[in-house]
Amino acid sequence: MDLLTNLAHGFAVVFQPINLMWSLVGVTLGTLIGVLPGIGPALTIALLLPVTTKMDPAAAFIIFGGVYYGAMYGGSTTAILINTPGESGSLVTAIDGNKMARKGRAPAALATAAIGSFVAGCIGTLLLAAFAPTMVEWAVKISPADYFALAILAFVSVSCLLGRSVLAGLLSLLMGVAIALVGIDGQSGQARYAFGEPSLMNGIGVVVVIVSLFAVAEALSLAADPKARSEEITPLKGRVLMTREDVRRSWKPWLRGAAIGFPFGALPAGGAEIPTFLSYSLERKLSDHPEEFGEGAIEGVAGPEAANNAAVAGVMAPLLALGLPTSATAAILLAAFQQYGLQPGPTLFSGDSTLVWSLIASLLLGNLMLLLLNLPMAGLWARLLYIPRPFLYAGILVFATLGVYGASRSLNDVIFMLVVGLMGFAMRRLDFPIAPMVVGLVLGPMAEQHFRRAMQISQDDWTVFFTSTPAGPLLALAAILAIAPPLIRRWRRRSAQTAPA
Amino acid sequence: MSNLRSLRGAVAAAAFSLVFATGAAFAAEDLSIMVPANPGGGWDQTGRAMAEVLQGEKLARSVEVDNVAGAGGTIGLAQFASRPGEPDAMLVMGLVMTGAILTNNSPVTLESTTPLARLTSEYEGLVVPADSPLKTIGELVEKLKADPASVSWGGGSAGGTDHILAGLVMKAVGADTSKLNYVAHSGGGEALASILGGHVTVGVSGVGEFVEQANSGKLRFLAVSSDEQIEGVEAPTLAESGVDVVLGNWRGVVGSPGIDDEERAALLATLDAMAATEAWRKILSDRGWTDAYLSGDAFAEFLKEDDARVVQTLKDIGLVE
Repeated sequence: MDLLTNLAHGFAVVFQPINLMWSLVGVTLGTLIGVLPGIGPALTIALLLPVTTKMDPAAAFIIFGGVYYGAMYGGSTTAILINTPGESGSLVTAIDGNKMARKGRAPAALATAAIGSFVAGCIGTLLLAAFAPTMVEWAVKISPADYFALAILAFVSVSCLLGRSVLAGLLSLLMGVAIALVGIDGQSGQARYAFGEPSLMNGIGVVVVIVSLFAVAEALSLAADPKARSEEITPLKGRVLMTREDVRRSWKPWLRGAAIGFPFGALPAGGAEIPTFLSYSLERKLSDHPEEFGEGAIEGVAGPEAANNAAVAGVMAPLLALGLPTSATAAILLAAFQQYGLQPGPTLFSGDSTLVWSLIASLLLGNLMLLLLNLPMAGLWARLLYIPRPFLYAGILVFATLGVYGASRSLNDVIFMLVVGLMGFAMRRLDFPIAPMVVGLVLGPMAEQHFRRAMQISQDDWTVFFTSTPAGPLLALAAILAIAPPLIRRWRRRSAQTAPA
Repeated sequence: MSNLRSLRGAVAAAAFSLVFATGAAFAAEDLSIMVPANPGGGWDQTGRAMAEVLQGEKLARSVEVDNVAGAGGTIGLAQFASRPGEPDAMLVMGLVMTGAILTNNSPVTLESTTPLARLTSEYEGLVVPADSPLKTIGELVEKLKADPASVSWGGGSAGGTDHILAGLVMKAVGADTSKLNYVAHSGGGEALASILGGHVTVGVSGVGEFVEQANSGKLRFLAVSSDEQIEGVEAPTLAESGVDVVLGNWRGVVGSPGIDDEERAALLATLDAMAATEAWRKILSDRGWTDAYLSGDAFAEFLKEDDARVVQTLKDIGLVE
């Protein structure tokens, strides 16, 4: 009951006309920066901080919440329409989303992403309001050994992203891990693979690599292949956004995505990427049409998009209940709380702080606004694809370069972008899958740092990975997932051979 | 966004210069502050707080804050030092920059800048989770003496303030510093999670990061690294517990290399005025920063001494040859 009264108080604040307007400002701004590759919610909120010092704290947090959720929506739009994830959480969305768009199903893909984000965002926010304090108690118990096991499990479960050739897929994955090694090592403070070049010491940003591999490489392929330029793509087919069949195939992935995304977001080292990988491979396993995955399966858009939005809600749980920022954006939100002389933590949440509850209410409202903003726009956005592709990609290149340069104001990043773009072009030509590379880039450092932290704490006793729970069972599960399918296939082949005899 | 911002800044500056063309009453004209780190962290907050006060109190006509992140601040430092003789440019820096310069073999050091002032300091705290068997700093010292490697320290990035403090404590109690079992985390939040979860023996970070958790009974302070006990924190200082260490994570600003004495004096006057305002003091108390204002030659002297101590510690813990 407390929950409902508190939430009602929150809504009372949020529904003031001025705050409704701020929410609209926040979600619009968030959608815009989500669409621009490179510029994320962290940088945007940091730039807004000084502007909002004179504002009412509730109004400022209403804007910030809108920006955070809006960026997740915007990221999926570019992933679907132009095969360029605006944020790393939308990487998986691009795989099937863009295939759908090319088959004239862009509105359906955009709609399932928007509704999935809405459903998952609402579920996540409500879970946040109800369980945040108890959840984080549990979340901090996850040890470095457990994180390592989680990363390994994620590695194994994304093997379905590897594409037709396992060897090419693994190679791509390892290239991603190699790129991730560049820069200052977290545990020793020493630079690796930086060749004494200061600009390499900070490592190569995931977003820069994503933008290059997708947008730049795509533009280069288009320029190099006259056939692709004249390829007819049907931007729009039919009039409805989603058919009855689309909804039937989407609603379960939405819910499952939310269920996977929220707890991962709440983990101190979880993030929004891993749940999207897990959701994608889960949907593929459960689908009646696994063969459609990679060719435009709507479940492959619905699940991951729900997962990344639920993860954003999850990130708020440790931030509000413990003062624990678990993402770059959360760290800046923490700074924003401190700017108003507030310290997030157990007391802030259990007390009758109107601010926290208006933040939660504004997240729900922002979600609704985003749905209302994005659903009617889906058909409109899809019309972008009517632009002749050479013009479209020229525009994309301009925006990608602006985004990458604008995020860091570093010419080096632009050079990286071109180099990695060329690499991506070569990979496309040689039929290497691109998604595993980004997966390696995200998961590689996580696995490595947690492995070394676990070893440091246990003073180099590697049995810690098997004796601690849930690390041991998770690793066992990963081993089974890796070994079982080929064994089963071999066994089936054998019994098929022996049966007729 | 940054481009937009500077454009907006330029437009605003242009508008201002029209209005104030006839006799401006500002101590300084257009200042620029470079923050050699990403938005959100301590250096960034320092730079933006300065900009807010300098503009709000009309000490400067405009202040542009520019983030050039990377490699512990050395990328920003290199860029800053490459533009000598700019009388209105400042770089935010602090204790950790010295370590980063060494570990990254940075070609540019702080010696190629003009020291201006130390602004703030945050003292460090040693904490354990509420259910830890360690009750006092004395018990931690005993454990360190008996088996130094069995104590895992959870803190921020390798070579940073937290790591340095752990090294100083080890040395002060006579433990073998090469056995320091330090678990680096990429940020205060991640370290806090490790400490709360009981994955490390002892946590070390800025006092402010722990106060809320200590008040709610989830963490226990063993000691603080200040020279006097800190109000609102029930813990002795390291020094009065027989561990002779005082360490503050200080932050300050340096000026462009090669500015002349007059230009340096002008910047120092602006900073002196800023540090004396009510607005600046309010920001300090809101953020939980200690006022550590020290400017001019005294700061230059302090910088030299502090540098020597950090270098020695980093050598002791084996991060630097």
